[in-house]
Amino acid sequence: MTAYYLSLWSTLLSTLTDVLPITFILLVFQAFVLRRRIANLTKVILGFVLVVLGLTFFLEGLERALFPIGKLMAQQLTTPEFLGLASADAERTWRDYGWVYVFAFTIGFASSIAEPSVMAVAIKASEVSGGTIQPDGLRVAIALGAAIGIALGAFRIVAGIPVQHFIIPGYVLVLIQTWLAPRNIVALAYDSGGVTTSTVTVPLVTALGLGLSSHIPGRNPMVDGFGAIALTCLFPIMTVLGYAQIGQWRTRRATQSGDETDTS
Amino acid sequence: MKILLAQFFISLIHSLRDLTPIVAVIAAFQLLVLGQPIPNLFEMLWGMLLVLLGMTFFIQGLKLGLFPIGESLAWNFAAKGSLTWLLIFAFALGFGTTVAEPALIAVANETAKVAIAGGWLENKPLAQQHYAYGLRLTVALSVGCAVVIGVLRILLGWPIHHLIIFGYIGVVIMTPIAPPEIIGIAYDSGGVTTSTITVPLVAALGIGLASSIEGRNPVTDGFGMIALASLTPIMFVMAYGALL
Repeated sequence: MTAYYLSLWSTLLSTLTDVLPITFILLVFQAFVLRRRIANLTKVILGFVLVVLGLTFFLEGLERALFPIGKLMAQQLTTPEFLGLASADAERTWRDYGWVYVFAFTIGFASSIAEPSVMAVAIKASEVSGGTIQPDGLRVAIALGAAIGIALGAFRIVAGIPVQHFIIPGYVLVLIQTWLAPRNIVALAYDSGGVTTSTVTVPLVTALGLGLSSHIPGRNPMVDGFGAIALTCLFPIMTVLGYAQIGQWRTRRATQSGDETDTS
Repeated sequence: MKILLAQFFISLIHSLRDLTPIVAVIAAFQLLVLGQPIPNLFEMLWGMLLVLLGMTFFIQGLKLGLFPIGESLAWNFAAKGSLTWLLIFAFALGFGTTVAEPALIAVANETAKVAIAGGWLENKPLAQQHYAYGLRLTVALSVGCAVVIGVLRILLGWPIHHLIIFGYIGVVIMTPIAPPEIIGIAYDSGGVTTSTITVPLVAALGIGLASSIEGRNPVTDGFGMIALASLTPIMFVMAYGALL
């Protein structure tokens, strides 16, 4: 029990140093550059205390739950018994790990479809597009992108393919799509990549990647374990740009056929 | 006080909504696919509760203190004031928010542990701490630079995709030079940084700036900031790995 409080206490202390810089920066700019007094000082102090406590609890909880569970899932999904292999040294290929990809895909889809920041981006994008983009359709596009990203991240760890072999062609494709897609959707599409990776998803996906790379023979956590987050940021950009292109194409075709009926 | 409690409750529901799908997927896999009991179930549940409470406190605290101050500062600096101070503020905002980003703290610590286990790092608590801090400071520096570039971009009207293309050309050139064990971490650090605390404050600066300048569209100009902030960490972390 003492060890438990000790670890909580040391997390609390290090959290304090994490939150101090931004607090200091904002207060100094407020006081010396804008020369304004801080309104509602008690509220601000209460907020600071809550931020420090919240971050401490969150990091402790990650260590106790999300990191272990991500690694546990990776371990259980890759045991020879679960894979149905005759022995621990039996030959295995990437095809044996089907459930790993299914799990990665499901986690990616489930965690981003209900994510509030994804909903916010979807609503904004539908406003910008003037109705050619439906918010719900866009949410599905973003969630599918995130799901494909994590699943591909798991696949490349299993197969041992360097992450840049996916990322670099991916960005070339995104650049081509950027050139073809409607101008006003581009910035939002780029942002939709960043918003899917929430504070809860990131540690879980990291733990899954590290767990997979340490339990699959021939993989090294440092070289192979990371990269799934990067792919999760990349694929929603593609699916959103693609969705916008389809929307534009449909509208154009609808107006064209409309024009034809008008003239005839 | 009543309003505060009500807000707190709403935050709690938001955190719950973030966590529920993940817990549901894991539970479904454990019961239906793996069919194994979870070891230390009590410890895991307790940890989940801590994550839930932690997220709620953290976000509620940000809304009470740092977000209003940060947003009003961002609007003020965007509307008036000298360019020098605007750029200093932009850098400080990017740097400070990244240092406090929860996901980055967690991933940096985990990376240091992996580096020790793999023999890339001495097995000493101090070496582990230095490595994690070094990684976080590198990312924080890169986000600070990204916000400065983002501000200049809005002021001078550079198109976002030109910067993105240059950025990715930079990434492609640096990838073969960087040591292989840093590449995955570098690519991930871009997505890890843009999260709970950085996105709202940095976006506020971008949107504030775009709406105060005539001829700029807050939606398309204000948002590109986050895209830049997830690009520069990749290059900076690869450089950090190459220098280490």
